[in-house]
Amino acid sequence: MTFDKETKLWLSGNEAIALGAWEAGVRVASGYPGTPSTEIMGNLSQYEGVYTEWAPNEKVGLEVALGASFAGARALATMKHVGLNVAADPLFTAAYTGVRGGLVILNADDPQMHSSQNEQDNRNYAFAAKLPMLEPSDPAEAKDMMARAYSLSEELDTPVIIRITTRIAHVKGVVQKGHRVEVPETSIEKVPAKLVMLPGNARVRRVAVEKRMAAGRELAESMPENRIEPGVGRRGFVTSGVAYNYVKEAFPEAPVLKLGMVWPLPEKMLRDFAATVEELVVVEELDPFLETHLKAMGIACRGKDIIPNQGELNSFIVRKALAPETIGEVFAPLELPMRPPNMCAGCPHRGLFYGLSRMKDVFVSGDIGCYTLGFLPPLSAMDACVCMGASITMAHGMAKALGEKGKGKVVAVLGDSTFMHSGITGLLNMVYNSTYASVIILDNRTTAMTGHQDNPASGRSILGEPAPALDLEALCRALGVKRVVVVNPHDVEATRKVLKEEIESPDLSVIISRAPCVLLPEEVKRKKPVYYTNLANCTGCTLCVQMGCPAISWTPLTPEEAVARGYRDKQKGFAQINEVQCNGCGQCACVCKFDAITRREENS
Amino acid sequence: MKQSGNILFSGVGGQGILLASELTAHAQLVAGYDVKKSEVHGMAQRGGSVEAHLRYGEKVYSPLIELGGADILVAFEILEAARYLPYLHRDSAVVVNTQKILPPAVALGKTSYPEDILDELRSRQINVVAIDAFAVAKSVGELRTANVAMVGAMSNFLAVPPDVFLQAIDETIKEQFRHVNREAFVAGRAAVYA
Repeated sequence: MTFDKETKLWLSGNEAIALGAWEAGVRVASGYPGTPSTEIMGNLSQYEGVYTEWAPNEKVGLEVALGASFAGARALATMKHVGLNVAADPLFTAAYTGVRGGLVILNADDPQMHSSQNEQDNRNYAFAAKLPMLEPSDPAEAKDMMARAYSLSEELDTPVIIRITTRIAHVKGVVQKGHRVEVPETSIEKVPAKLVMLPGNARVRRVAVEKRMAAGRELAESMPENRIEPGVGRRGFVTSGVAYNYVKEAFPEAPVLKLGMVWPLPEKMLRDFAATVEELVVVEELDPFLETHLKAMGIACRGKDIIPNQGELNSFIVRKALAPETIGEVFAPLELPMRPPNMCAGCPHRGLFYGLSRMKDVFVSGDIGCYTLGFLPPLSAMDACVCMGASITMAHGMAKALGEKGKGKVVAVLGDSTFMHSGITGLLNMVYNSTYASVIILDNRTTAMTGHQDNPASGRSILGEPAPALDLEALCRALGVKRVVVVNPHDVEATRKVLKEEIESPDLSVIISRAPCVLLPEEVKRKKPVYYTNLANCTGCTLCVQMGCPAISWTPLTPEEAVARGYRDKQKGFAQINEVQCNGCGQCACVCKFDAITRREENS
Repeated sequence: MKQSGNILFSGVGGQGILLASELTAHAQLVAGYDVKKSEVHGMAQRGGSVEAHLRYGEKVYSPLIELGGADILVAFEILEAARYLPYLHRDSAVVVNTQKILPPAVALGKTSYPEDILDELRSRQINVVAIDAFAVAKSVGELRTANVAMVGAMSNFLAVPPDVFLQAIDETIKEQFRHVNREAFVAGRAAVYA
């Protein structure tokens, strides 16, 4: 009975990466929350001797890390896959400047889109930006690869990307403890020819980039992270990341070339390995990245002709593709009611979306956050959602396209954190180029979807220490917005009135819908009123049910049952509040016209 | 002692599934196994179906259980037991809490909560053990220990001795809640054969 706690830890991939960053001597780290990457920065902030921060967006985070690297520090930027799109601008040119202290970009892809709007394969960024990329297979490797990434970054004078996926980030496994290396000293060092990327300098650095990638290809041939695991059988596998595990489970005896570095590739090693097997199969999640490059090298292989290019893989899928005869009986799924995610009981967003749901001819240009759930029935009050900040800019474009006939019918909705991430410039554009569209900022005082990270408007730093809180109203006015209105979304009727007035207004207006997330620790602790259903008064009108609150349920009745309960025989059922689940927001009491919903202390 | 196995946890966000799977993982680690556990965070937590995969053995590669590969399913809600049928096989054991949480379509009156759905599992010769985890939790005086009561019930199907689970409780749960959680574990373990 042993688990040696002196040497071993039980950590998630994200916890392991934070530990690995600390052990590697990281001094400065910046990131924007995004599933599945979020817990890395939260964990790293708990270590001594590392400066961590939540940046307003990923471009800011990467540039902060790059600056720290220029000052000689080992630096880290963390983000989810779509965050690297935002940070792509500095990424491609940081490849030219190179680094002083090691610089690692931790990128978390989300195959299967557990919590994302697309499943882009960011290995393509390594190829496009000409940067080395490492890919761990589990938490233990993720920790070890942090140290490797920093030494590689400094040896090759380049930012290094570590690509993880959801099944690395949120998988727990056993990790070996290590020690923190000596943290390099920082200083100002001027090397303008290397850091000032105007064309004359950049052309010189462009050559350096190619030299570095050539050196990287050499290193790839001998680095221990790229390894051949000998085996038996005519079929060999090339694989990397979490897919390696699926190959090992499905075909434990087969020879495997495991790539710990997926760019640049060890061509000789791949060629030699291919020569030892009759059939080479590339098993990789999402795009045929390795397969395409193997084929470009002239190495014959199979890949996406048998392995799916969409969604996550697992050992079942790999076995089914290559050895279907080993698949036993699998029970067919039962037909059951789905259980999609929903806004919480007492969520302030519900009051706002309830108002929007009553404005059927208004196009709601949505955004990324908990409030995207406003799309789901019964509210069904979101008509588009593409990427962070796009609610505002798409609304502007729609209004320009629609002209007169869109007046009073176009509104953008986005959260406070999303607004600060990439909504501000869009709003500035609306002011500058004028619009009749309106913008709703859902200010719930936190970055809720990813688990309550602080942000520039929350008044607290990543460590929970006091920080200046952005004044959203003042910012909007400073940008030139003339109409700025604040509403309490729990007051459903007042909110509806404001929505109608502002959306119909011929001028740009910003509605700030302000109430804290009910899951914030201070809100959870706060003593809240309890509402209950006065069943005798319920007429079965379903107005409260149409809010989609998980604390309200509907019981259908037959005419006989209705009469037995003292209702009219035409009443189809009744709605009832589950008082254990109720968070006391009172929104349902606002919409009930029959006094069937009452505050507990008022009537008991 | 079984050399490897797969335990699937399922339920609804907020039911304490992560703690239950953590306790089980700790017990398996102390028992000397390699363990991997996979969870999903983010969007999936907002009242939606939640699952955690736990795999143990001498050396575990994949963090995910295959279809037809779960030896034990610990379901915190009846519908969430039935939903994972494709992960089960004929020798699976299902420990299910008899709680019903209405999914949105049922709460809205659009459809009804399927009755006798566990019989669908039993008709496939799957060993289904239904326990009222809330009643167990109530009997030890703390409703919030229902998840640990479920771990207790599940522990009957593992070779790891109960002492190891109690040690895991001591190591993972705050001191002020330890005693009541130990009691919930013991009561949950006894509930299966009661």
